[in-house]
Amino acid sequence: MKLTGRYRFVAAHRLDTPTLTPEQNRRLYGKCNNPYGHGHDYIVDITIEGAVDSDGLIASREQMDALVKNAVLQRVDHKNLNVDLAEFHSAVPTTENLATVIRAWLEEAWTLPAKLVAVRISETERNTFIWEAGKV
Amino acid sequence: MFLTRKAEFSASHICANPAWTAEQNHAVYGANANPNGHGHNFVLEVTMTGDTNPDTGMVFDLRELKEILNQEVVDVMDHRFLNLEVPPFDRIVPTTENVALEIWRRLEPKLRRENARLYNVRLYETADLFVDCSGGN
Repeated sequence: MKLTGRYRFVAAHRLDTPTLTPEQNRRLYGKCNNPYGHGHDYIVDITIEGAVDSDGLIASREQMDALVKNAVLQRVDHKNLNVDLAEFHSAVPTTENLATVIRAWLEEAWTLPAKLVAVRISETERNTFIWEAGKV
Repeated sequence: MFLTRKAEFSASHICANPAWTAEQNHAVYGANANPNGHGHNFVLEVTMTGDTNPDTGMVFDLRELKEILNQEVVDVMDHRFLNLEVPPFDRIVPTTENVALEIWRRLEPKLRRENARLYNVRLYETADLFVDCSGGN
């Protein structure tokens, strides 16, 4: 069985690749290249898969919430992704890259009996990015 | 083809093992172990899969699906205290996982057709927490 928890954080970012010229960056990233940055209310859905144990749980909610808070939320909430996170000093904080980084943080901190099988991030209601185990 | 129908029911429950102390239950179930119970507006999404019947243009008759969902789930669980009024939750802790498993057990035999079958039961406890059951545990 699978269990999905929804979490939220707010952060600023700017999309800009140092290997491109300012004009190329403007053309590629449009408004997201604004030199002063901009922000989003991100929503992260984290899906785990495992057997229901004798307590009737796939995972303890407290344990899952604490893991996500420590591994992810406290690193990104109310942060400037480009400035505050070493991961984005050399990589562009697109939400694709953010999903990859969040998945790696979760895997590194993982202590739950169930497996991490999906990370889904919305930067706005219109844009959603999904990593799913065994797919992409 | 997949087809999903939604239903809602409001119910109260206690997530606690009666054989344990209050401290043990709080350690495992947190606030959900409050011995006086608490409630949710559960949202159920039932997904069927199958071939579209060429005569009717349907995978499954939605009116029939609604009736089955009402009979097997909504009429049984809506505005009920699950632990006290809805077996097997007098014996099994009604976590959202166990409620979803019970819903699967109730629905699956009623939804078997030549061209279609139950594919997934998604049960939202709140807008921020749901489980998916697509067969066994």
